Amino acid sequence: MTTIEKPADAGRTGAEPDTATLSPGVRPRQRPRTWPQIAESIAKHAVLITFSLVFLLPLLWMVTGSVKTQADIGAFPVEWFPDTITTGNFTYGLSAFPLGRYFLNTLLISVPSMLGAALSSAMVGYGVSRIRWPWRNGIFALLISTMMIPFYVTMVPLFIFYRSIGWTGTFLPLIVPTFFGVPFFIFLMRQFFLSIPESLSDAARVDGASELRIFAQVILPLCKPALAAVMLFQFLASWSDLLGPLLYLTKSSQYTLSLGLTFFQGAQGESATGPLMAVSTIILIPVIVLFFFAQKTFIQGITMSGIKD
Amino acid sequence: MSTGTVPHPGGSAPVPTTSSPRRPRRPAGNRLTRWIPRTRSQRHTFWWGLFFTSPALIGLVFFTGGPVIASAVTSFTNANLLGSGTRRWVGLENYATLLRDEQWWSSLFNTFFLTIVSVPLGIAVALGLALLLNWRVRGIGFYRVIFYIPSIVPVVASAVVWAYVLNPQYGVLNNLLGVVGIEGPGWLSDPAWSKPALILFGLWGTGNLMVILLAGLQGVPQDLLEQASLDGAGALQRFRNVTVPFISPHLLFAVITGLIAGFQYFTPAFVLTGGNGDPAGSTLVSGVYLYQSAFFNYQLGYASAIGWVLFVIIALVSIVAYRLMGRRVYYGGAA
Repeated sequence: MTTIEKPADAGRTGAEPDTATLSPGVRPRQRPRTWPQIAESIAKHAVLITFSLVFLLPLLWMVTGSVKTQADIGAFPVEWFPDTITTGNFTYGLSAFPLGRYFLNTLLISVPSMLGAALSSAMVGYGVSRIRWPWRNGIFALLISTMMIPFYVTMVPLFIFYRSIGWTGTFLPLIVPTFFGVPFFIFLMRQFFLSIPESLSDAARVDGASELRIFAQVILPLCKPALAAVMLFQFLASWSDLLGPLLYLTKSSQYTLSLGLTFFQGAQGESATGPLMAVSTIILIPVIVLFFFAQKTFIQGITMSGIKD
Repeated sequence: MSTGTVPHPGGSAPVPTTSSPRRPRRPAGNRLTRWIPRTRSQRHTFWWGLFFTSPALIGLVFFTGGPVIASAVTSFTNANLLGSGTRRWVGLENYATLLRDEQWWSSLFNTFFLTIVSVPLGIAVALGLALLLNWRVRGIGFYRVIFYIPSIVPVVASAVVWAYVLNPQYGVLNNLLGVVGIEGPGWLSDPAWSKPALILFGLWGTGNLMVILLAGLQGVPQDLLEQASLDGAGALQRFRNVTVPFISPHLLFAVITGLIAGFQYFTPAFVLTGGNGDPAGSTLVSGVYLYQSAFFNYQLGYASAIGWVLFVIIALVSIVAYRLMGRRVYYGGAA
């Protein structure tokens, strides 16, 4: 944790324009001009690059493994740049793995879940933070306490419940619950809502705006970053969920990517590391592409705190 | 939606309670009436509160409350998954068995170990990374993406990779340790190292927490930090007295959700070590033991009892943490 001491003000004066401090990351500050500044910048980049490698090496191994022969994957020391590059893993993997269908299935679950979670969690988060009513804290505490219920407590009764209303074997058990608020996101939205000054709502109330209007037109636009974060989190959660699809999807034509990969792994065993890494790589790519696009929203979300009193 | 409550003229819009002089602030000591709206404006606000929270209230009944009650009832029976045999009321028998079950005690120990180590460690690492990502250097957006990428990898896929990264013979990790002259342990095949291996795997995917803490760090007013440094505060002092108070809501969030997730730890242990607690029961956490009881041994009643004990533990620990921390949380913007 020596890194804490890093953001030192070595040579930096307080004369910088304020805009540079408000939106870091969007447009980083000017080039360092003095030698201490250059040294500091190089040191920072060195630290950042080291950690980047830590995060990327396992994935790099997966991606390179997808084009290695089985023998090269097991090689010691690791061959980062193998002599023989093969596409055999991909052709074999794709022939044994209905990627397109699994991809579509995963999307059909993730997108509605994402919208449902954002809408419902924003609403409920608003109700437990910005409306002064006697049940506010009680309901919030109740919702948070449901977060502590291990999923394995409700798993079996829920399965029986969904089976009794004929939802097993459909995507519904994986989508519909998100429309009824996700406690984790409600907590997150509430934290964001609480950081918005109450005077903003009061002003709108004095002007005669209804709660729904204040929610939709005053508060929610300020929370776009938080909403984007909730949507991204829910999308990724649905995208990589294993247990839910495992419980509720019965036909192999309904499998999601995660579930498909698990069964693929089980069927192929350790002998097919190459194809396994090839399929994992293909699954990973759209997520990374999406994240690179969502990064912009994220930066906005992260710098949202300019609205304090 | 109850549109009937909407068209109020501007004058009767809900006003902050402090500005209603006719009503005493505390209604005559009656604890019950406090929860019931009485004045017109109170009722108005009440309906709106109910409207906004209605999705969660409905969900609470169908997706949480109902199943929880069903599960509580089950924990007092000898129900099994196959539905064979007669379902009988056995009272507290499942809970009594639990106390004599050595495997259960060891699963509880493993769960506590993982949680107690990984929650503080996870927050420290995530905060450290967030501080790095809060630097203003060229291309910081790029680094943010890189640091976050591991958390978007579906667990199934990253488990495939990590099983090989942690491989004692040809894994990347021991390979790197070998370069600096350390003989790496057996990781997932060594009972003494399997839990650290799981913790390591968790730290690698700490991106969500990191992003939340980074958002908190960016809410720390720069001028306050600069003022503090003008006043002669060192980096550590600025961190402790300016940064930490401003990110305290985010830290509270991190601790509570971390504890809850820690006690429900399941997927990595399930995927990385085959779902049976290998090696030598060292990764048999409560969640895995519960799953085994329900789906390998078909003992729904017993599994429900395990779940309920886990639930009580999680609730107690979280409440204590919230009580200890909640008071010190500083909501910068709230009036």
